[in-house]
Amino acid sequence: MSNLVWLVPLLPFIGFLVNGLGRKFLPKAGVSIVGSGSVIAAFAIAVSLFLETKAPGFTPRVISLFSFISVGKLSIPFAFQVDQLSALFLLIITGVGSLIHIYSAAYMHEESNEGYARYFAYLNLFIFSMLLLVLGANYVMMFIGWEGVGLCSYLLIGFWFKNPSFSKAANKAFIMNRIGDLGFLLGIFYIIANFGTVTYSAVFAQAATMGSGHHTLVIIAVLLFIGAMGKSAQIPLYTWLPDAMAGPTPVSALIHAATMVTAGIYMIARSNVIYTLAPAVQNFIVIIGTATALLAASIAIAQNDIKKVLAYSTVSQLGYMFIALGVGAYSTAVFHVMTHAFFKALLFLGSGSVIHAMGGEQDIRKMGGLKKYLPTTHWTFLVGCLAIAGIPGFSGFFSKDEILANAFAANKIVYVFGLLGALMTAFYMFRLYYITFCGSFRGTHEQEHHLHESPAAMTIPLVVLAVLSVFGGYIGLPEVFGVKSLLNEYLAPIFAPSVPFAAVHELEPGTEWMLMIISSVLVIGMIFWARAKYRRYQNPGTENTGLLKVLENKWYVDEIYDAVIVRPLQALSQFFSEVMEKLGIDRLVNGIGKSVQWGGQQLRVIQNGQVGFYIFAMVLGIIVLLVIGLLF
Amino acid sequence: MLTVLLILIPLLAGFISFGLKGTGPKVLALLSSIATLGVSLVALFQFKVHPEATRFTAQWIPQLNAKFAVGLDGMGAMLCLLTTIAFVLVFISIFSRTYERSNSFYGLLLLAQAGLTGVFTAYDALLFYVGWELALVPMYFLCSIWGGEKRIPVTFKFFIYTFVGSLFMLIGIIYLYLHTKDASFSYNAFVSAGASLQHGEQSWLFWLFFVAFAIKMPIFPLHTWQPDTYEQSPTPVTMILSGVMVKMGLFGALRWLLPVLPGASASWSDLVIVLSIIGIVYASCIAIVQSDLKKMIAYSSIAHIGLMSAAIFAHNQLSLQGVLVQMFNHGINIIGLWIIVDVIEQRLGGVKNMKELGGIASKAPRLAIFLVIISLANVGLPLTNGFIGEFLMFSGLFQVNVWFMAVAGLGIILSAVYILNMIQRVIFGESNAVTAKITDLTPGETLSLTLIVLLIFVVGVYPKPMLELVSGTTQLLQVAFQGSISLK
Amino acid sequence: MPVQYYIFLSVVLFCIGIMGVLMRRNAIIIFMCVELMLNAVNLLMVAFSKMWADAGHVDAGAAQIFVFFIMVVAAAEVAVGLAIIVMMYRNTHSVDINLLNRLKN
Repeated sequence: MSNLVWLVPLLPFIGFLVNGLGRKFLPKAGVSIVGSGSVIAAFAIAVSLFLETKAPGFTPRVISLFSFISVGKLSIPFAFQVDQLSALFLLIITGVGSLIHIYSAAYMHEESNEGYARYFAYLNLFIFSMLLLVLGANYVMMFIGWEGVGLCSYLLIGFWFKNPSFSKAANKAFIMNRIGDLGFLLGIFYIIANFGTVTYSAVFAQAATMGSGHHTLVIIAVLLFIGAMGKSAQIPLYTWLPDAMAGPTPVSALIHAATMVTAGIYMIARSNVIYTLAPAVQNFIVIIGTATALLAASIAIAQNDIKKVLAYSTVSQLGYMFIALGVGAYSTAVFHVMTHAFFKALLFLGSGSVIHAMGGEQDIRKMGGLKKYLPTTHWTFLVGCLAIAGIPGFSGFFSKDEILANAFAANKIVYVFGLLGALMTAFYMFRLYYITFCGSFRGTHEQEHHLHESPAAMTIPLVVLAVLSVFGGYIGLPEVFGVKSLLNEYLAPIFAPSVPFAAVHELEPGTEWMLMIISSVLVIGMIFWARAKYRRYQNPGTENTGLLKVLENKWYVDEIYDAVIVRPLQALSQFFSEVMEKLGIDRLVNGIGKSVQWGGQQLRVIQNGQVGFYIFAMVLGIIVLLVIGLLF
Repeated sequence: MLTVLLILIPLLAGFISFGLKGTGPKVLALLSSIATLGVSLVALFQFKVHPEATRFTAQWIPQLNAKFAVGLDGMGAMLCLLTTIAFVLVFISIFSRTYERSNSFYGLLLLAQAGLTGVFTAYDALLFYVGWELALVPMYFLCSIWGGEKRIPVTFKFFIYTFVGSLFMLIGIIYLYLHTKDASFSYNAFVSAGASLQHGEQSWLFWLFFVAFAIKMPIFPLHTWQPDTYEQSPTPVTMILSGVMVKMGLFGALRWLLPVLPGASASWSDLVIVLSIIGIVYASCIAIVQSDLKKMIAYSSIAHIGLMSAAIFAHNQLSLQGVLVQMFNHGINIIGLWIIVDVIEQRLGGVKNMKELGGIASKAPRLAIFLVIISLANVGLPLTNGFIGEFLMFSGLFQVNVWFMAVAGLGIILSAVYILNMIQRVIFGESNAVTAKITDLTPGETLSLTLIVLLIFVVGVYPKPMLELVSGTTQLLQVAFQGSISLK
Repeated sequence: MPVQYYIFLSVVLFCIGIMGVLMRRNAIIIFMCVELMLNAVNLLMVAFSKMWADAGHVDAGAAQIFVFFIMVVAAAEVAVGLAIIVMMYRNTHSVDINLLNRLKN
């Protein structure tokens, strides 16, 4: 079956081609069947690949299709790698991707025929790029997908291109990603220069011989992590992700849950050998991850746009995943990627359903009491909130607690900050929930009249995701429960090469139980606080002041970036263009031309046309020549 | 013999074209360009099978021992292909236009094609020089007769710049000619003559040649003729100038500079790389604040060429291979961009200020799609042709000096900034009074752009044939360099 | 007579010729002064020829052949030069060379 792995990315690509080229002729039904069908078919293949990798005695397989770049000793094949990690990611991407496709078929129904087809074409291209990213057997293949998802996010964020602020957000996403990509590219060049290859297996084998803390590995790890900062929205390159809300809501679900932002996690999990051998970089990752988790969670508390809250919660959750990666708990990070994919997709699609019902309104202050109008959306959304907040029994509980336990074992301070972030998460998610679904309706009368539950194509994916959000966590039960974590066992071969170099943090079962109880109790407390505060929310109509205002304005990070980077760059460019180019170089060049003309004007005086003068000059010349001849 | 045909067909067609009337020149030009495309494909095949069969030598000026020596190597074959493709694309995309005095317009374009092919195939320095001038002189006339409002001063600047460069090169050629053992202009004689020179002599000869090539590429700070010329020239001429003619400078450096004066090239390479990298950042910054569409593309082209020249002087296998591939791909992509710019400008009655544009995507979706694809290839997105060259060049530059690559890499980010800004300002947003009347592409334009997009993806996904085509040239240059380094 | 006398005379004649060319404005006089310079050279040539012949050189007479060459050239020059002057007179009704500055502007 793994010989057919190339079908997995190819199917969405065919969907892209069909929808892209046939956008004028295909009816909407055809478009959605092609678009969703191709991803579902890819999902089916992914399932069989997963079963294959799950079978005992499976060894990773590399399927080389053709030679992509081969120059001298450097040979980069266009090759796919099938192993546990890529198979798991394939499942997440195509699985959640299919649900989002199905959901989109209904959500985007009001678009024109052409726009509908364009939307599905982009969506398929997105899945294709992400599949390339996780399937590639070398860093260049990963980079292809890496840039590809950047491009697709650009296209989808700017999908409604008539609105200039949307296309600005798209530009921002692409450019920020490119900054990270430059780091990633530099990392690849370091790998090429030092290892002479980019194929994972060869790189890791050589890296393992270099010993812990080797400066080459540290540099490579840092550079690759810069790439991950861009793609997975970590400080300082995170501001594009909240702005990416400009795209249609299912796209946000796709970007935040199944694809794109998980790329950085995947990359580091894939390169676990390099990172384990660079402990300094791991510490750096923990710091960045913690800072991002807290910063984003604090911003989410004061946002009033339903999608913005979710966006910042994504940034914050990604911070958790990086904490896990930084403390060396790779499979835990992947576990959280998976559970997060379920509940974040659920939350985004749920918010899409809300926005759909509200006729495009995204401000939660103008919602409220939606519980009775949108019953299915309401309970699935509640499940999502419970899962992300980490209520025991829901998937988010297991993955987040595993991260916190690992953090506790590695460093108590990180644990404290992590717990703080988790509490904030519980608070802002339930603030969102209570303001949106409880209390009384605060929108216009017309909106109230239009409120309706979304069609089945939208609610069925919600239900499926809700089920996954509840039970998805049981594949990674902590060992204190007395069972083996299925996921850790499944992924063990991937992280086995780095085990010998990893620092061992063991946790007493008693401590782990205690940590779980502490966090559960505190989280439930937070939820009740949010309930008390926002259950009967009324729009106060006044502006926030003090810290809340700073939080609402996202710590003014966008403004700071604008002042520190964007404006100086503009000014420098203006200086180059107006001063250096026009007054400097060009004037110099024209000056040379002018001086030649001026010299000609001066010399022209000698040519006065007087024959006598010419003869005189001639005689003078003869005399000078004679004198020179006599002297030398 | 095929190689001679490549020069002869456009040359003859050019002369005939001067005598034709009405649609005659147009049809003749298209036919001749398609014929040369066919010949160049056959020649490419011939080169793959018997490289020696593409060589042709005949007496030319016996008194000087100058020979009409032409032939193809991987680089030459690729650039001849680029030239022929470029001319076909240009002639297809302007087929529906009528130009005043079209007989001379097409005649001059065809003569320029002959000159370009001469440059790319010459194995005799004098022939190279003649081809160089034959390619440039028609351009002067084309710019000064069919150009925009400020065409006269702009052409004058262009002329002076390139002519000064040519003269420097001529001095260099004569000096080397006098130092050849058998008093000939042949490539091999020049290579051995160059190697026999003292280092000091090599140095100033290097600068004579380099200035000529640097002006043509152009490299910072010798670039100021270029944005004005691109802006003022009629678009078909700009396509040829930016797509093919700048490659003359790069080609000259690769054929007549590195192998002939390897010692000096090696010792001056750091300075040249630094200049090129300054050019990348400088031109990219300027491109960000340009509001004139044509000037923006001109500056972006300077940035791209800067990367290529840096990679040439990084002279390792990866970078050279990257440059060779990128020469072709940059040509294809920028011609595509110019075709689109020309369409916009023609439809909107000469508007090319980005502040006045916008909303074209909703009025002319096909045009918008092509613009996005070609722009993204231009910024080097993976699986487009731009990526292959850039990846290899950066990777080669990286091996010379990490910081060179890191600073040049800023170009990756900056190029995204100006290209996306351009896309946003030109095709996104609501359409306004100016852009409301735009119509979508005609079949001819669609055809040429489709060809370009196909090339973009074919080369981008499967670059192997092209990499193999030029690998011979890379090895040759590497050998020359290693020889010189051991000499030092 | 010693040859120095001839040399002295030739130099004087030549200088008169030069000064005439430089200082006079009349084309005909300038022309005559050019002839004077040529003849000064002729005189010198003949004088040296005689000197070498007296000293016993057999082929010293060859120098006198050059004199004939110069005389032929001078004659040709007269033909052309006078024609130019005539044309000039026809155009300007003057033989003043300072009127001939039309190349300027």
